[in-house]
Amino acid sequence: MTPAQRRWIFLVAGAGLVAFYLWGLTGLPGFGNYPGPYGTAILRVAVAQTQATGVVSAVNFDYRGFDTVGEEFILFTAAAGMAVVLRHLRGERDRSALDEAAGRDVPATSGAVRMVALLFTGPAVVMGWWLASHAQASPSGGFQGGVVLATGFVLVYLAGEFLVFKRFSPVDLTDVVEAVGAAGFVATGLTAVFLGMPYLKDFLPLGQYPGAVSSSGTIALISFFVGLEVAAAFILIVGELLDQTLLVRHREA
Amino acid sequence: MSVASVHTPYTVPLAMMDVLQVTVLLLVAAAATGVVLTRQPARQVVVLSVYGVLLAVLFLVFQAPDVTLSELTIGAVVLPIILLLTLAKVRKREE
Amino acid sequence: MAVFPFVVVVWILGVGLYGIVTSRHLVHLIVCLIVVQSSTYVLLLGVGYVTGAVAPYYFDVPDHTPAVDPVVQALALTDVVVEAAVTALLLSFAIQAHKRFGTLDPQELASLKG
Repeated sequence: MTPAQRRWIFLVAGAGLVAFYLWGLTGLPGFGNYPGPYGTAILRVAVAQTQATGVVSAVNFDYRGFDTVGEEFILFTAAAGMAVVLRHLRGERDRSALDEAAGRDVPATSGAVRMVALLFTGPAVVMGWWLASHAQASPSGGFQGGVVLATGFVLVYLAGEFLVFKRFSPVDLTDVVEAVGAAGFVATGLTAVFLGMPYLKDFLPLGQYPGAVSSSGTIALISFFVGLEVAAAFILIVGELLDQTLLVRHREA
Repeated sequence: MSVASVHTPYTVPLAMMDVLQVTVLLLVAAAATGVVLTRQPARQVVVLSVYGVLLAVLFLVFQAPDVTLSELTIGAVVLPIILLLTLAKVRKREE
Repeated sequence: MAVFPFVVVVWILGVGLYGIVTSRHLVHLIVCLIVVQSSTYVLLLGVGYVTGAVAPYYFDVPDHTPAVDPVVQALALTDVVVEAAVTALLLSFAIQAHKRFGTLDPQELASLKG
């Protein structure tokens, strides 16, 4: 089957798919006329029940915490899967590393890039922690905070070099941090079970002022664990890819 | 539901919000087309970053600041990094 | 305006699918997959939008102000982060395919019997 035939078949099938999809979507209540009872019900009770002013994080870590456990483990599995897929090949490459690296020189990083990356590393780490610890108050949360935190470490690689990045985030330590994050989330849920409540029920004291850092019980704790796990997962992912591209240069340096 | 009958805490008229949303939606659609039609992967990464920023603006205009934060960090930092690292790795083996 | 965001959703999906089908480079294909996934975020947030409502954060807004649906925002939020990790896994498969077969052209890869 030639590419042109494939393209024609796709255009016909794609037109059918698009037509049905559009037909289905126009059956919805229309943009802006949200009728659903679930969202309005949650908005009515969320601040009073959880003492968290960030209703999205309350939904994420309290009302639908079980879904979030699943999503977090998708992240965990993807990082582990990458390590498995790429580690198998490293053994093969080591043997021919010297042949491949002959005559290749490393371009120096420009001074401007190094300075800007250095300047932003500290604020990125602080911002990441701030985001991960304020899930219950404002638009923040473990997921965003974890990604910004991982970005801080990647900035270390941009400002310095691969070896500095590796020294700041050794694989063993990052693995342990990721495991602590994932296990902490599950353990928080299990602690509720041991206390005789349903899994992932909010069992810590809820605090007085909605939206304060110490309010909303387990939401803040879970958000902290999720931040750890997401940051570690992304550092591992970037580290694995960096290993692939830079292992050869490291040998010749 | 007419626009005038909606109770809103906005300080700008509701019609302005509509115009803003339609504009950003058109930009997002154009950027998505641009991402697909850029065949070179190295250039596509840059267009993907622009698309990520436009998506973040769209989410902000849809009153979702949490999703904006996520999309901004992922689309402007993490995705370009892993894509460029993969391309560097692949190009190295082609030499 | 009632249906325009959904038209954009379908457009993004269609364009992304076209990119996937006619792609000649695995990394280009993965980026088009990212575009297809992003159409679902726009759909989720479009479904939950309430005209004239604010974001569902009551830190500086009086309680019980009409707000948009928080549940779809929670779904979209975790979705965005997980998509990046899955993309990384797909890219590692692409690297392995390149090492194994020497080519990143999906139409050539399809015909390999290796």
